[in-house]
Amino acid sequence: MKLKAPERVTFNKSGFCPGCGHGVAGRLIAEVAEEMGLADKLITTVDVACGSLHLEDWHFDTVMAAHGRTLVTAIGLKKVRKDNPVLAYYGDGAGYAIGMAETIHAGLRNDNVIAIVVNNAIYGMTGGQMAPTTLPGQKTTSSPYGKDAARFGKPFRIEDAYSGFDIGYLARGALVGAANINRAKKMIRKAFEKHMNNQGLCYVELLSPCPTNWNLAPLKAKDFLLDEMTKHFPLGEFKGGDAK
Amino acid sequence: MSERVLMKGNEALAEAALRAGCRFFAGYPITPQTEILEYLSWRMDEVGGSYTQAESELAAVNMVFGAASGGARALTTSSGPGFSLKQEGISYLCASDLPAVIVNVMRIGSGLGDIAQGQGDYWQMTRGGGHGDYRTIVLAPNSVQENADLTYLAFDLAEKYRHPVLMASDAAIGQMIEAVELPEFKEHDIDKFDWSVKGGKVTEKYRKIQNIFYSMGPAYEDFLREKYAKMEAEEQRWESTAVEDAELVFVAFGISSRVCEEAVEGARAKGLKVGLIRPITLYPFPVKAFEEAKKVKAFMTNEMNLLAQMTDDVRLATGCKIPVYHSGSIFSISDTQELIARAEEVIRAAKGGDRT
Repeated sequence: MKLKAPERVTFNKSGFCPGCGHGVAGRLIAEVAEEMGLADKLITTVDVACGSLHLEDWHFDTVMAAHGRTLVTAIGLKKVRKDNPVLAYYGDGAGYAIGMAETIHAGLRNDNVIAIVVNNAIYGMTGGQMAPTTLPGQKTTSSPYGKDAARFGKPFRIEDAYSGFDIGYLARGALVGAANINRAKKMIRKAFEKHMNNQGLCYVELLSPCPTNWNLAPLKAKDFLLDEMTKHFPLGEFKGGDAK
Repeated sequence: MSERVLMKGNEALAEAALRAGCRFFAGYPITPQTEILEYLSWRMDEVGGSYTQAESELAAVNMVFGAASGGARALTTSSGPGFSLKQEGISYLCASDLPAVIVNVMRIGSGLGDIAQGQGDYWQMTRGGGHGDYRTIVLAPNSVQENADLTYLAFDLAEKYRHPVLMASDAAIGQMIEAVELPEFKEHDIDKFDWSVKGGKVTEKYRKIQNIFYSMGPAYEDFLREKYAKMEAEEQRWESTAVEDAELVFVAFGISSRVCEEAVEGARAKGLKVGLIRPITLYPFPVKAFEEAKKVKAFMTNEMNLLAQMTDDVRLATGCKIPVYHSGSIFSISDTQELIARAEEVIRAAKGGDRT
């Protein structure tokens, strides 16, 4: 097996916690962009929280957007720079709480951007509060007795919300284990391909462990993701998948 | 040759934006701004630009943020409650050193208010209406012609300072129809800036649009100080009418200044020494205009708000040495004859006479 480090990510010290999926996601995006010969043209937008650390890690032109507005920032950018691939990178808090209106309407309009959404079921940067993706019963700093789904709702699933929309691509991958990571990379690649084909919104949600805020060691966090999170967030392609 | 046409204020503003090279618009319907959005919904296509009716003002202003990052001349417009929602984006544009033009076709009231003209957003617009430590250039048109001219200028100023520029129009200016000479079409090259995101080779310096103090560090303070000092030195704009010998000088902008112009004429016909300073930039406030008022005994702002918002700036411009009165109503544009009567009363009081 040949591994080539992408030129577009730094191998200097990174701000991500050990066991976090952001570093993996950032690298996969850089690998795909380089393999497809798009690295010289790619522009990214990042949200304000943990994912914004890619500002330092990525060797791409990057815009740091307001919290929850990363997707619409990318949409505005793409409309004036049609020849550039444009990718929005943000978390589940940005996409499914404060930026829900933007998420829904980007789907409704089928805007021509790539969205990579990292879902770790909590707010990471602010220290692990409950999010719309938090699992029933999951303890967080703002649901210390476990999330009461009757009060705060079931974990939000993008495939349900987008079910009636004709978007270019929708898939969910996971950033743990070699097989899952390879599959996630294929999803990101497919999103890029469809984006370059102007097929509209190409959306990949990536389940990521957050050992720090889940209060779990990295290997236990991996188990929690695969055993618990995937019960609520099934992996696979939901729209625009070529397989099956 | 410029074209002279009859147009609604809002539409003249929209057309002038296109002629200034603006090729990106995102907005949301709200009265009395909506004609700008409606006009651009078909006209933007004709000039090959991008038009989006967004899901909210928040989405619209953040789309503008994205388009501005890419080097485009970008516009969003709103009124009252919608303009409040723009504040997030305006604060971010300032922090990230990005040019854009944001129009507020002002309407009456806080909260929902109503759709009639108002000037209650003076403080919000001139003091930095969002969070943080910023102000923006604010241009205040008082005619359909100026709606066109100042919008055209706004894009140049935004680019000169890499800073958002606000337009303080109002329902009356936006809705009235007047003759207007439209400016020439200008081309804007979105690749001309070295700072805008556009992609590049791996060996190039990567462009990062973010809070600029992240990259600038302590130099940020001096950078910002100089930026605002330059605006205050170079961008004060105003129009003076009969100020030199005036004992009472009205200070008014936008639609209110139109009534004051008439009041100055009427007062002069009665032998009253009355003048008018009309700020065209609300920030930077045209303090230089006040040097000319050497005989003045009192100033009187005329503005459609209750809290006499602009009087703060008039006092600061005159070192609090001269009395500043306020006239105007939230609900209506002032009546010329009533203004002349107020002027007469204030001049008599200033000279030591009775004040009734």
